[in-house]
Amino acid sequence: MDKKYIVDGYYPTIGVECHVQLKTATKLFAGVGNDARDAAPNTLISPLCIGLPGTLPVLNEAVIPLSIKAGLALKAKIAKISHFDRKHYFYPDLPLGYQITQYERPIIFDGTVEALLPNKESVHVRIERAHLEADAGKSNHPEGADYSLVDLNRAGTPLLEIVSGPDMHNAQEVKAYVYELYLLMKYADVSDVDLYHGNMRFDVNVSVSKDPNKLGTRSETKNLNSFRSVEKTVDYEIKRQIELLKKSKPIVQETRGWDDAKQKTFSQRTKEDAHDYRYFPDPDIPPITITDEEVAIIAKDMPILPSALRDHFIELGLDDASVATLVDDPNLAAIVRYVQEGHDKKTAHTIANWCLGELTRRVNDNEISWQEVANVIPYLVELASMVDEAKVSSTAAKELLINCVKHNKDPLALAKELDLLQVSDESELVLIVEQVLSQQPKAVNDVKNGELKVIGFLVGQVMKASKGKANPETVQMLIKSQLGV
Amino acid sequence: MSDWLLIRELAKQVQSGSTTALSLVQKSLSNINKYKDHKAIIVTLEDSAIKKAKELDLQIKDGKKVGELAGVPFIAKDNYLVFGSETTAASNILKGFTAPYQSTVIERLEAAGAICVAKANLDAFAHGGSTENSDFFTTKNPQDKSRVPGGSSGGSATSVVLGMAPFALGTDTGGSSRQPASFSGCVGYKPTYGLMSRWGIVAMASSTDTVGILANNTQDVATVLQVMAGKDSYDSTTVERSKDNYANIKTSLKGKRIGLIKEQMGNGVEKEVLDSVNNAVNTFKKAGAQVTEVSLPSLPLSLAVYYIVVPAEISSNLSRYDGQKYGYSAPDSKDITDSYNESRSIGFGKEAKRRIMIGTYVLSSGYYDAYYKKAQTVRTKLINEFNDIFSKVDFLIGPTAPTVAFKIGQNAADPLQMYLSDVMTVGASLVGIPAISVPTKVKGLPVGIQIMAPQHKDKELLAVASAFEEAR
Repeated sequence: MDKKYIVDGYYPTIGVECHVQLKTATKLFAGVGNDARDAAPNTLISPLCIGLPGTLPVLNEAVIPLSIKAGLALKAKIAKISHFDRKHYFYPDLPLGYQITQYERPIIFDGTVEALLPNKESVHVRIERAHLEADAGKSNHPEGADYSLVDLNRAGTPLLEIVSGPDMHNAQEVKAYVYELYLLMKYADVSDVDLYHGNMRFDVNVSVSKDPNKLGTRSETKNLNSFRSVEKTVDYEIKRQIELLKKSKPIVQETRGWDDAKQKTFSQRTKEDAHDYRYFPDPDIPPITITDEEVAIIAKDMPILPSALRDHFIELGLDDASVATLVDDPNLAAIVRYVQEGHDKKTAHTIANWCLGELTRRVNDNEISWQEVANVIPYLVELASMVDEAKVSSTAAKELLINCVKHNKDPLALAKELDLLQVSDESELVLIVEQVLSQQPKAVNDVKNGELKVIGFLVGQVMKASKGKANPETVQMLIKSQLGV
Repeated sequence: MSDWLLIRELAKQVQSGSTTALSLVQKSLSNINKYKDHKAIIVTLEDSAIKKAKELDLQIKDGKKVGELAGVPFIAKDNYLVFGSETTAASNILKGFTAPYQSTVIERLEAAGAICVAKANLDAFAHGGSTENSDFFTTKNPQDKSRVPGGSSGGSATSVVLGMAPFALGTDTGGSSRQPASFSGCVGYKPTYGLMSRWGIVAMASSTDTVGILANNTQDVATVLQVMAGKDSYDSTTVERSKDNYANIKTSLKGKRIGLIKEQMGNGVEKEVLDSVNNAVNTFKKAGAQVTEVSLPSLPLSLAVYYIVVPAEISSNLSRYDGQKYGYSAPDSKDITDSYNESRSIGFGKEAKRRIMIGTYVLSSGYYDAYYKKAQTVRTKLINEFNDIFSKVDFLIGPTAPTVAFKIGQNAADPLQMYLSDVMTVGASLVGIPAISVPTKVKGLPVGIQIMAPQHKDKELLAVASAFEEAR
């Protein structure tokens, strides 16, 4: 036991179940569309989705490679044979009277997630299992009405339920874990990971105990769909349970929900109402078999994962916040990583900063897309070396950067076109310098009298006269030699 | 009694124009009307059948190519979804349910030109062996109206024997096509599990449900199988069909190795049935087959296994009938739980409820291992024993049912006695092998002999059954 976790003498333990909606075109067992976001109620349904007699589930094979990818991202084992079971309960949004899920033999098991904490340590979370299952529909209980409405568009949507071990002990660790899980699913490209639309939903199991070797009675708060609500639920539950125990009141094993308006959890269902789900293997669906070869083929094409990327980006000398921002967006990260792999550190650093600054701003304004940026990586590299060689000023570089992304154009050609190339030719610059010095007798005097900071003013005047194209270093050097200081 | 020509002859006549689809359909409809007191039919599809027949006749007149079952009328058990027709599975809970899509095998039959003229009675949800569990009415045996026709495909068997159509679709989960064939006096066939699609058939027990074909001779069964067999993308338990034409089934019994199952020829089998089967054995021998007695020691356990596994699956498959989406819904329920309870209490008959309760019990936590899991272990043992025996013999024979057709009401109060009528047939269902019941005699109450073959030997099975019919 680590003493740092103890709160008021109690040791909290937390495990998380996460439902990830897989990005298939159609449902898990029926050939109808999967994207219910903008669909009118009950328009994405088939005879199976509404539980008509005589209908049979046929597995959407597209979930198999997606599951393998998720399993690899979770550093887990992929089951050679897994199968579906039926989980029985009656509810209006469950048209078959059972949910098709994997109970006995999940497709993924024994994985791990290393999640980075703000203090640069990491929490090691075991993944017990991840199984495929069909989502239920949505029930709607209009306020004050004597009826309920059911929308079955979501019924049958493929989910991967990822079950962690009870390996976290405070809200910060849980937050780090769910965020890392989010990144892993995003990088493995198995889900749209749109939390707002419920693409990832978290159930959080919290218990506290005086004896760190014994788990306390747990509560399970279900259906959280933001990192913030997960974090708050953990804090709230730890506090609530400790307060109960301090008053010698028992903790009830129950299912709870999170009320975002009141910022508290509330009881939904206690263990006494728990179902006997009567699981048994679904006889309509043959088992899923996966060979080592299938896994190997997918493993070959797995993208680099967040933790490895972080290590690479730290090598560029970027600060933690910049690294985190880069890793949060796989498109952005891919561009920087690509440059890093093919070019020197300085170039990669320059381009990383452009990506984090000017380019992010423009992408957020929908002026350009990361795809367009990715298309002109060689130009970005060229532009970075133009800056390095002082061919353009950093101000001019920003203007060139956007233009070269927008128009897919060579930056040198653009610089000529826009007349942005720096003038470093001394014979050309000396004329402008002489002209400016003759117009600024007071400043010249000041410098000569030892007020060297006035040189900066003169450089500025020269820059202005050259319409920004003069190389400031050369200008300074020329001024100094002209004035003999 | 049926006086139809062979199905392939009928189709040939329709194709050549020497008869019309309409006249065949009218003959069916007229026989359905003539024997309506037998209560074999739940609903007649008169309008749609006549319309389809006329369309087909027009196509032929226009010189268009039509299918191999052109104009052949058939009857479907009322647990098949036939587009636009009521499909009740003879249950109150599905009364009034109109099928918005149709089953794959109906689709294939229609594509070949066959025309569905009526939906036949059954034990509700195919639970039973007599049609007495129909929520609507009991069908009468075509040979003796005081007796049951067998079940659950009793309506299909009676309709075929009385010539209401040249063939009828049944279903077979534990003998539901073979046993009524034996009781009523026709051929009843269950295929290798997965040879024909279950899509669009009201499910009973998913792991043993099959399409069943009832006809007056084995050749007709084969002709129809040829059209329906094969993989279906809507049923992932379907298997590849043989590339051979199932309809070409000429063979000789000479040299065929046939095992008479010892465990099926002892106690509990009526003398009349034993005599009949022994006669059949002599027929096989006379035709040159080698008949030996063989033993399947676990076979007597198959009924117990069946009545654990099958109710478990039934309890699950019937969950969807909850009164919320279609079918019967109890009025004036005070909340959702009340609506579930009332709709299912009133909508399901006694036998469905009995099986839901048994199935729910054996799947409950704490009982699952003792019942369901153990039953599956014995099922595996049974499969191994059948595999072993089929390395020694080509076919297995025995009685299809332990008795001849019993009197209506005789077993109605005793569900255990009723379950015993499945004792000979459930083995093939649990193992997934093809089996057929063929009448052994032409006089008196019918008795069927059951012939079983290894998985995927459906064509060989039909060929041997057909050869037996000729030798009989």
